[in-house]
Amino acid sequence: MGDMRDDKPLLEIRGLKVEGRTGEEWRPIIKGVDLTLRRGEVLGLIGESGAGKSTLGLAAMGFRRDGCRFAGGTVHFDGIELTHASHQVRRGLRSSRIAYVAQSAAASFNPAYRLIRQHAEFPVLRGLMTRDEAEADAVKLYRRMQLPNPEEIGFRYPHQVSGGQLQRAMTAMAMGCRPELIIFDEPTTALDVTTQLEVLSAIRDAVQSFGTAAIYVTHDLAVVAQMADRIMVLLKGETVEEAPTRDMLAAPREDYTKSLWAVRSFRAPEKTGAGAPLVEVRQVNAAYGATPVLRNITVPFREGRTTAVVGESGSGKSTLARAIMGLLPPVSGHVRLSGKELPRRYQDRSREELRQTQVIYQMADTALNPRQKIGEIIGRPIEFYLGADRRTREAKVRGLLEDIELDPAEYIDRYPSELSGGQKQRIGIARALAAEPRFIICDEVTSALDQLVAEGILKLLTRLQAERNLTYMFITHDIATVRAIADDVVVMRNGEVVAAGTKEQVLSPPFHPYTELLLDSVPEMDPDWLTRRRPAGAPGP
Amino acid sequence: MSRAFRLLRTMPPSALVGAAVILLYVLVAVFAPVIAPYPEREVVGAQYLEWSSEFPLGTDSLGRDMLSRLIYGARNTIAIAFLATTLAFVLGAVLGLLAAVLRGWVDQVLSRIVDVVMAIPGLIFILLLLSVFGTSITTLVLIIAILDSTRVFRLTRAVAFGIVALDYVEAARVRGEGILWVMRREILPNAMPPLVAEYGMRFCFVFLTIAALSFLGLGIQPPAADWGSMVRENATLITFGDITPLLPAAAIALLTVAVNFVVDWMLHLSSGLKE
Repeated sequence: MGDMRDDKPLLEIRGLKVEGRTGEEWRPIIKGVDLTLRRGEVLGLIGESGAGKSTLGLAAMGFRRDGCRFAGGTVHFDGIELTHASHQVRRGLRSSRIAYVAQSAAASFNPAYRLIRQHAEFPVLRGLMTRDEAEADAVKLYRRMQLPNPEEIGFRYPHQVSGGQLQRAMTAMAMGCRPELIIFDEPTTALDVTTQLEVLSAIRDAVQSFGTAAIYVTHDLAVVAQMADRIMVLLKGETVEEAPTRDMLAAPREDYTKSLWAVRSFRAPEKTGAGAPLVEVRQVNAAYGATPVLRNITVPFREGRTTAVVGESGSGKSTLARAIMGLLPPVSGHVRLSGKELPRRYQDRSREELRQTQVIYQMADTALNPRQKIGEIIGRPIEFYLGADRRTREAKVRGLLEDIELDPAEYIDRYPSELSGGQKQRIGIARALAAEPRFIICDEVTSALDQLVAEGILKLLTRLQAERNLTYMFITHDIATVRAIADDVVVMRNGEVVAAGTKEQVLSPPFHPYTELLLDSVPEMDPDWLTRRRPAGAPGP
Repeated sequence: MSRAFRLLRTMPPSALVGAAVILLYVLVAVFAPVIAPYPEREVVGAQYLEWSSEFPLGTDSLGRDMLSRLIYGARNTIAIAFLATTLAFVLGAVLGLLAAVLRGWVDQVLSRIVDVVMAIPGLIFILLLLSVFGTSITTLVLIIAILDSTRVFRLTRAVAFGIVALDYVEAARVRGEGILWVMRREILPNAMPPLVAEYGMRFCFVFLTIAALSFLGLGIQPPAADWGSMVRENATLITFGDITPLLPAAAIALLTVAVNFVVDWMLHLSSGLKE
């Protein structure tokens, strides 16, 4: 592109308003946002879910979701106004000059076609290349994205490559027409930390070497610190603060921005004394059919303490929880509760044994029956285990709602769909507490939540633990959460325990090599972290 | 109550018309003895009388009042269709839920039986069974209900399979809840929207099947009035340019269209609820 145009912004958004339809009325999603992006610049958009990040990202390409409308303001891309542009104009820009990389690459690729065929579609359609040229170019881009076997990988179907590879193939596809602007919408949120590291560095290298401007939407501050030249913080559809990355990291101005920074500082109080094991897993082996998924696992869960189980997806964390619950009966080994052996299948366990072990699920959306009111959801375990009459039951439900910091009068008759994500997770906690258990399995309870909300949940869990002497098995892939809440840590990989002990033992040197890799892969708030991390990083190009 | 009212207001015109027609049919069926000028089975005049002020739609092949029989016909046909459809749904939904919750051999056995039943052409199978067991209203309802429950079974099983995999069902099972509770409280309420829509659709098909059977002489037996057999009994009139025998057929067609209007809207509604 000519140098003459360099001083002119590539993207200029002025006073943009987007509204979304709920039932009969239009509600504002974006309330007048200004945004300027120069060529080759990377802007990080950060905020909680519902802040309007994705809506703004899409608006930058003149797109609005179904049920949304542009209610005011302008979007100029290289001098072309997009909010009122015709369908043809916008379609002509998309993929060729503006590209989009979605959060879930798996849902964005067509599972019926090979990767390279989908890659070549747009360069050919826009008349930029012939199919052979486009495929040769794809291989070049695959190599630049540090994909293994770049010559061959494009000829696989989407389900034949891993999530991180798919996300990189998606970025390569977005680069296919050498667009001037790419919108990244949480491209690494669904990935494991070690995979995220590879994808982040590949994306950054590619964006830098092609001089592509980018808008990087994420809720993870540490990630945005690595990727963006400039950061814009959004809250409820409005700009809170905008500054160059280093300035904002060093000195956030607004209170809201500061609170985002402070989230990671939460620490549960240290517990004294080791405590006897409440739940003991001894030499447990489990398998799905003929495939072993747990190998000789021995873990004690000490009373009154939080044992974090860490590992990447597929490491067997959740499977261990299923084995303890009796949903996946172990092939061999023992699970003991207060020294008493538990039957392997949950169907064979007594009501009393079931009552003492409760679960809080990751996805509060699917963990609560959408057709039951909050009062019924929390009331049922009380009725089922403790057989209380109607009045005591309702009193207990109200007490529990107060415990989880929700106003009983307001929430008891609501349906789950009328709650926010954090509130739903609190209801999940109340349902577990309603059984008056001693052992609670928390399965990634904060990973679907925004940081501020997640911090609230962690504080709540910590308080409840102290009040009720609860023992937690805390499954997570997030090391920051482990640091915040755990007393003991178990690191798992490929169905085996690779390290175990108190938090101090596991998370301080000397490390087990895998623990070290996990720890090193967690992005830090330092903008130079990725650059420093790269040379020692996972398999390079 | 206000929720039902709001729902009514958002109904598209087609659904409103459909609902009004269905309501009209139900009222006619319920109040048949009050509305009908003559009794259902009584010979009140000569054969094949023309339309007159005494007999608004004339008389049939035996000299019974056409209008009265048309009104009573609504009663018989709709009641039997309603009964058969409801029975089919109870049977199909219960077995479908069981198959989805228990899986394993229960699911295998039920599903294969359903496959076998569905492989035999419906009308022929019904005719066969009716000639074996005899034509009474009870056998008619039972046979149609059992054969139609296969389709309900498939739908319920498919919908429930998706729901069984969700965390809240797992939570209920691990809590120690019995199968019936899990089926009734956790799964069924969430499977309702597609089932309700299917109910309307099934009702139409059952209704048409009964009319077809009656036309063939194996459905509702004379002297009970029924729209299908009324078409057959008076078919000769058509050769004389009299449209009276087409009126019961028109009644069937109108109800079918009306039910489909309402079902279309329900399908739309239930798909909207899922987002």
